[in-house]
Amino acid sequence: MDIERPDPDKLLSQVQADEARAKRGKLKIFFGASAGVGKTYAMLGDARQQVLRGTDVVTGVVETHGRMETEAMADGIERLPLREIPYRDRVLKEFDLDAALARKPAVILMDELAHSNVAGSRHPKRWQDVEELLDAGIDVYSTVNVQHLESLNDIVSGITGIRVWETVPDRVFDDADEVVVVDFPPDELIERLRQGKVYLPEQARLASKNFFRKGNLLALRELSLRRTANRVDDEMQAYRKRSSTAPVWPTRESLLACVEGGERGEKIVRSCARLAAQFDVPWHAVHVDTGASAVRSERQHQEILRVLKLAQDLGATTATLSAPAVAPALVRYAREHNLSRLVMGRSHRHWHWPWQKAIGESIESEASDLDILRVALPSHEKAGNDATGTPQVPARLRWKGYAAATAICGVVTIAATPLLGLIDLTNIVMLFLLAVVGVALVFGRGPAVFAAFIGVGLFDFFFVPPRFTFAVSDVQYVLTFAVMLVVALVVGQLTAGLRVQVDAVTERERRVRGLYEMSRELSATLMPEQVAEIGLRFVAAEFGFKSAVLVADEQDHLQTMPGATAEVDTGVAQWAFERGVAAGQGTDTLPASKCLVLPLKATMRLRGVLAVEPGGKGLLDPEQRRVLDTCASLMAISIERIHYFDIAQKTTVQMESERLRNSLLSAISHDLRTPLASLVGLADTLQMTHPAPTGQQLEVIESMRNSATRMNALVNNLLDMARLESGAVQLNQQWQPLEEVVGSALGACTHALERRPITVNLSPDLPLLHIDAGLLERVLVNVLENASKYTPEGTPIEIRAHAESDNVVVFIDDHGPGLPRGREEAIFEKFERGRRESATPGVGLGLAISRAIMQAHGGTIRGETRKEGGARFIITLPRGKPPTDDGTDELPDRQP
Amino acid sequence: MSANKTRVLIIEDEADIRRFVRMALESEGHEAYEADTLKRGLIEAGTRRPELVILDLGLPDGDGVDFIRELRAWSAMPVIVLSARSSENDKIAALDAGADDYLVKPFGAGELLARVRAQVRRHAYTESGTPLVKFGDIRIDLTLRLVERGGQPLHLTPIEYRLLTCLTSQPNRVITHRQLLQAVWGPGHTEDTHYVRVHMANLRKKIEHDPSMPKHILTESGIGYRFVLDT
Repeated sequence: MDIERPDPDKLLSQVQADEARAKRGKLKIFFGASAGVGKTYAMLGDARQQVLRGTDVVTGVVETHGRMETEAMADGIERLPLREIPYRDRVLKEFDLDAALARKPAVILMDELAHSNVAGSRHPKRWQDVEELLDAGIDVYSTVNVQHLESLNDIVSGITGIRVWETVPDRVFDDADEVVVVDFPPDELIERLRQGKVYLPEQARLASKNFFRKGNLLALRELSLRRTANRVDDEMQAYRKRSSTAPVWPTRESLLACVEGGERGEKIVRSCARLAAQFDVPWHAVHVDTGASAVRSERQHQEILRVLKLAQDLGATTATLSAPAVAPALVRYAREHNLSRLVMGRSHRHWHWPWQKAIGESIESEASDLDILRVALPSHEKAGNDATGTPQVPARLRWKGYAAATAICGVVTIAATPLLGLIDLTNIVMLFLLAVVGVALVFGRGPAVFAAFIGVGLFDFFFVPPRFTFAVSDVQYVLTFAVMLVVALVVGQLTAGLRVQVDAVTERERRVRGLYEMSRELSATLMPEQVAEIGLRFVAAEFGFKSAVLVADEQDHLQTMPGATAEVDTGVAQWAFERGVAAGQGTDTLPASKCLVLPLKATMRLRGVLAVEPGGKGLLDPEQRRVLDTCASLMAISIERIHYFDIAQKTTVQMESERLRNSLLSAISHDLRTPLASLVGLADTLQMTHPAPTGQQLEVIESMRNSATRMNALVNNLLDMARLESGAVQLNQQWQPLEEVVGSALGACTHALERRPITVNLSPDLPLLHIDAGLLERVLVNVLENASKYTPEGTPIEIRAHAESDNVVVFIDDHGPGLPRGREEAIFEKFERGRRESATPGVGLGLAISRAIMQAHGGTIRGETRKEGGARFIITLPRGKPPTDDGTDELPDRQP
Repeated sequence: MSANKTRVLIIEDEADIRRFVRMALESEGHEAYEADTLKRGLIEAGTRRPELVILDLGLPDGDGVDFIRELRAWSAMPVIVLSARSSENDKIAALDAGADDYLVKPFGAGELLARVRAQVRRHAYTESGTPLVKFGDIRIDLTLRLVERGGQPLHLTPIEYRLLTCLTSQPNRVITHRQLLQAVWGPGHTEDTHYVRVHMANLRKKIEHDPSMPKHILTESGIGYRFVLDT
């Protein structure tokens, strides 16, 4: 039972993924084994059907290659004009992404997914354009040939002998919502080719003879069908997981690829990606830097970074490890990340010392529980990297080391010569040994071994009898020589390893200290400018890069902080900021830009971007990138902290001033109202005195009372206006029926409306409204009192309300003289009255207050004179989303 | 009228208002005691044993709500609260704490006396404990759980019936949304005021002749409802 039950968390994430998917456009790929099978034709056919169904289909790019039948199919579908990009002395035409996004069709046709865009486009590849279109919610139809799939690229080139450089990451293909296989039998394809029905670009024409051999076509056909079958299988697996028809136990046999530079590394990465896809497991790609990187050529370094980037594109988590030896580092990494299988190239060395083990073997001995998968590697190319850990010292340094070794041995010989006879020969050997150890310490293993040989030679020649010959009379000296050699080797190896480790540790420590100091400095900052300055300093000190910090202001506009050393392309910065992903150099987006732009992502939202200009170095290694990312997030958090600190401070000030204002207002209102309340009350009691007041006295009492009441109304209005204007009024909004408010408003002006027939006609389908009943009642009372003041007694007043799509509209009609012409808006101004110098009491605040209240509710109030005469006040209130639950089901389980 | 002589305690710090309230009450034949602070008021309430309290919420030495809570610990005597217009929350807090009615300053003597009369009448009515409630053309038989309108049986949902009986059991008293929610839905739903409003609207349609100009179930804007027997 329990096994069958889907995990709620998983269901939730599935629902969320579905939602994200629903917002995203759908990608439909027409997939074929080779050119000429009719993918474009099939795509256009599908699109035409969509057009017939009334879908808004637009052609982004379609390569008809001048074929009549395809052209005919493409007719009748709207074509998006191409953008013209000047390139050197020519003008190239390229797909216009921004125009497509602005046009926002339902479906767009994007032929040749693997196409590389002309330099100067936003993305280097068309599939990235497609991703952006999908993100914008546009469905995309596209075509792909099997040789364009990244992970199959090398296999296809192995079959056909032609290397294709335009590739699509497998992830794009696997994430496509639909894949339609366009299949065509090879014989017929060859026939079509012969008839010239298949277009091939000029440069491919030569290769085509080889390419379109039946054997090739069969192999490609098999490959494409098999790849699609894999995809279908994945879909089936996903379906089974989803519908829980049977428990599926995913085995997390994650893979770890040990990467080196060059073509061999690429091969390993591709193989590992394929394996990972087959097993449906995550995988990591790691390069172990044995410390020689500092002295290794820049080209090799870039090679490795390129391979790691490829791995990343194929879905791997990548890392570079600094360690003196490859095997322990790999084992440790695998353990830390719970990776059970290592994928590595087959041994790259043809021979090795008997005491040295290949990495594979040493891993076997170190961790017997790890599976090791060996990948066959091309043998013609020399290994790009010395994965065994031999440091390659540059020639200059090497020569220096050897020269020094020779010199030191010479000095030892000269120094030891006078001692001959004074001390034993075995002790002179010790002096040579000392020299070898010294050389090993300073110059590493090579010069140490060299020093050992020189030392042996010199010792033999100058000290061992017979002297001044290389002949050795006593066999025991052979042992001495052997010991010296072994010592040199061992010490050299140890010191070399130690130095690598020390270098790595020092480097790491320096970075950590840099970050630590930066974070300490950041914690004391009070302004974004300071954060920017610290960040710029850190980037300059740590990497020597130029950089710039852009911080978003309240309106999300990026502002460059002072002190920027790099020039930032605002387009790249804006793009990175809007998407929240890195852009620019070394990324998929706008890689031609000089800068790498990292978003400053804080907990709540994006705070800006950090742009660094790595100069001519090109790719950053993953370690540097990680440090940069850490730096960016530290800065983002600091900027956010400052932001919230500001808010907190502002809030405190605001609260303080609000408190002051409120206490002032309530003090005023208390002091003004209390005497008025006494006045009204005392006037009333005067009426009750004995003996009863006479008619004249009664009149005086009555007008005293009325004056006090009017004064009170005025005070109320003035205070309310002051409250509303200062923003001190907090709406006590609740969901309630309009009817209630109308009822209580009518109840409140019973006196004023005494002799007027009132009709209320509220439509029965009125929704609940989110209103402050007290304030809305005042609005209605103000309007009703106005009506009673300005219309002759006995004329009727009508209240009507009905619901519209977004609003509820209330009409209050009277049958008086109507509003003064041309002053329909002016009556809502403060201290404004319909007629000047009128005997009607009031200062003209009622409608102004009503308008302020309606604005606070997000509604409106306006007045007009009806055609048939009489004034009409129109109140609109937003409907909002009323709660649907009315508590019927919430009733406690007891009998009424 | 003088047969219904009531002892009333006035707690108010403004001497003028106190005087006027006392004079108004005495003109009706009631007996009035005065207190100008909360502390004094509590002592008076304990020693004089008044039958009704008129309490100003804005007293210098404490919160009127605390006074009501303390009073309610030992007495059910009606409490009428005097308050300024803009302080809705104070009123609701006082009513929730057990006050029976409120008056907004400035108020007239007539208004005050009407409220006092209503409270005294209610007190008598509640103590009579009759199982039959009649108002307008509505007749409720509490023992049979039967509601009739003009002699015809009226169908009410269980919620509406409970709301109605809750209101009719305390006529002339202001009952807050919170109190109604608590009485009908229990203590778990005291924030869902729209429950009450939706069902009250339906109940009004069945009870009142013109639901937008109700005669019996009156709305106290933003505070709650007041049930009025025949006026």
